[in-house]
Amino acid sequence: MPAIEAHHLYKVFGRKGREGVKRLEAGAGTDELKAAGLTPAVIDASFTVEEGEIFVVMGLSGSGKSTLIRMINGLHAPTSGHVELYGENITAATGKDLRRLRRQRISMVFQHFALFPHRSVIDNAAYGLETQGVGKEERRARAHEALELCGLSGWDEHLPSELSGGMQQRVGLARALAADTDILLMDEAFSALDPLIRRDMQDQLIELQQKLGKTILFITHDLNEAMRIGDRIAMMRNGRIVQVGTAEEILTDPANDYVAQFVADVDRTRVLTAASVMEKPAAVLGAEQGPRAAHKLMREHQIPAMFVTGRDRTLKGYVTEDEVGRHLEQKDLTGLLHPVPGLASVSPDTSLADLFGPAAETPAIAVVDDAGRLIGVVPRITLLSALAAHAETDVADAPVTADDETKEAARA
Amino acid sequence: MPESAAPVTIVPPIPIGTWLETGFTWFKQTFDALFDVIGDLITGAINGIADPLLALDPLVLAIILALLGWLLRNWKLGVGTLVGLVLIIGMDMWEPAVETLALVVVATVVALILGIPLGILAARSPVVSRIVKPVMDFMQTMPGMVWLLPVLKLFSIGVAGALVATVIFALPPAVRLTELGIRQVDGEVVEAGQAFGAGPRQILKDIQLPLALPTVMAGVNQVIMLALSMAVIAGLVGGGGLGNEVVGAISTLNLARGFDAGISVVILAIFLDRLTASIGSRRPGHGRLRELRERFTRTPATAASAS
Ligand SMILES: Nc1ncnc2c1ncn2[C@@H]1O[C@H](COP(=O)(O)OP(=O)(O)O)[C@@H](O)[C@H]1O
Ligand SMILES: [Mg+2]
Repeated sequence: MPAIEAHHLYKVFGRKGREGVKRLEAGAGTDELKAAGLTPAVIDASFTVEEGEIFVVMGLSGSGKSTLIRMINGLHAPTSGHVELYGENITAATGKDLRRLRRQRISMVFQHFALFPHRSVIDNAAYGLETQGVGKEERRARAHEALELCGLSGWDEHLPSELSGGMQQRVGLARALAADTDILLMDEAFSALDPLIRRDMQDQLIELQQKLGKTILFITHDLNEAMRIGDRIAMMRNGRIVQVGTAEEILTDPANDYVAQFVADVDRTRVLTAASVMEKPAAVLGAEQGPRAAHKLMREHQIPAMFVTGRDRTLKGYVTEDEVGRHLEQKDLTGLLHPVPGLASVSPDTSLADLFGPAAETPAIAVVDDAGRLIGVVPRITLLSALAAHAETDVADAPVTADDETKEAARA
Repeated sequence: MPESAAPVTIVPPIPIGTWLETGFTWFKQTFDALFDVIGDLITGAINGIADPLLALDPLVLAIILALLGWLLRNWKLGVGTLVGLVLIIGMDMWEPAVETLALVVVATVVALILGIPLGILAARSPVVSRIVKPVMDFMQTMPGMVWLLPVLKLFSIGVAGALVATVIFALPPAVRLTELGIRQVDGEVVEAGQAFGAGPRQILKDIQLPLALPTVMAGVNQVIMLALSMAVIAGLVGGGGLGNEVVGAISTLNLARGFDAGISVVILAIFLDRLTASIGSRRPGHGRLRELRERFTRTPATAASAS
């Protein structure tokens, strides 16, 4: 069962929001509604987040991300549509039911921390357990654990104001983790942090997620961050979700110019992996074949060297055209087969950035799966063209307006 | 022009005061018995506080109050309190000063019991807020002495009426600053409470009120100050205490007695102000009691490591 299901969520701020939804459904544009004094913050958003997934919602400031995430835990009531958490409709829940769902299913990390300034760090972290009715001893023990997990041991009895911004955000994270709910909502949780700490927190989050298996709905306006941590990413613009996909899908196949524009800014080398640029090997030699066959294949394909695999496709090594040509009379490859240096054989999820080193040494890199089978090659030339694609995605009429950018600057 | 010569005739007479009086008279006749009971209760409460205090030796009470000042704030307030109270004793104003203190204490308690919940309601409901605001403005801008009239009619001369007038006059800051304090609490912090499944009552108790406390305490301080000033004015309707002394001094043109009473009021005002201001300005998250306990259980070693 999916952890989160959002069904046709609309949020239209203003007096007659429902009418606004009807007009949107009938095809009215955002501007039309704005002229009528309505603010369509989220328009027809539907998506599903699987258990254990990190799902990122990405968009510029004002695109409706916060409004969307607040509808997931019921801080905002949708104007139309509903949200299900593990099959339970939280949008329809009120009073006691709503509180039970929040305690048991879903906790949240806020952009500006939203810590309780009058409570010590540990009492902040223990808050979720407190509302769940856990006894004092136990909740302090568990809060302490969560703080340790977030690298905050020794700060239990301090007030939040005595901590740096990065540490305060970790208290926010510990508060959400200590509550031990299935789902974590994170609204620009790292945006207020400086870049170095931010990187660090992203790594920690991914690590925590792997350790604890939480379902995470993460919001950001930074595509690099989205690509780094998201299993899947929803691109949001002016209240609408314009594309949902993995980092690679979005990079290699942007749904429209808007997404493409974003993608242009991303450091592709960190996001693209060997698997996304590798090619089917033009020619592979069976280990049982002889120098003649090797020579013929390399000639045909005009390649100076080729990989050699066993019957089960495991990588055995490589041969070069020069050497093979000098020993055409030999029956087998004895003495001609060289082992592939460790650097030149990589796993499919190695990032492009890590391919540059090996690429300088060998004309082609072998991509090998866990069982040692050759699944693709990355010729040096492909690596370079993948990088060049970076420059090509610049779109002439930039959809990112100056207005959006000033807003972004104002937030920062 | 002939019209402008007699503009008065254009506007019909509007005797608002008379209407109010008519309504008020009906009110009094209908609830007369109730006001008798209330009056007795109030008188009982004030005497209940004033009598035991007066039973103590003045110097003993002065020392107790000085200790209170020291505990809640610092040794300077303790010493200042002792000096001030000894002055009052020396001016032979002790008994009226204690009576006034009792009146102020009861008036403050009543004003807070009414005002803080009203402030909470106003903070949560825009409707209540919209109704309460003009009423508070009206109560506060009406010259204090005017309140003495209806009160006098309801309770006749005596301390009960004085107290009611004092409460009416001192109530607004309690309501206003409670509402303000709660509204000032960061919306995201309240949302954090909701997001973790806290109910409205938990949010009020654990988040809004503690965070509003400094503002609420500023309101309490103002309530006390207003109560003190009104308690003196209420001497006109038999409020007793220092007000009585002032009124007596005015009617006999006794300058010396007037100043003795006036200075006593000033001393009480400073004492009460400093005492309550110190409660309001304390660090959030640190219970006063905990702080006190720390202060007295701290050994030289821990004191050194803490600094
Ligand atoms: N409570 C509100 N009342 C009216 N408009 C709002 C409210 N909250 C957000 N909006 C509007 O909805 C739009 C989306 O806002 P938000 O969800 O905060 O965007 P983001 O989190 O992506 O920056 C903005 O135009 C914003 O002004
Ligand atoms: Mg936002």
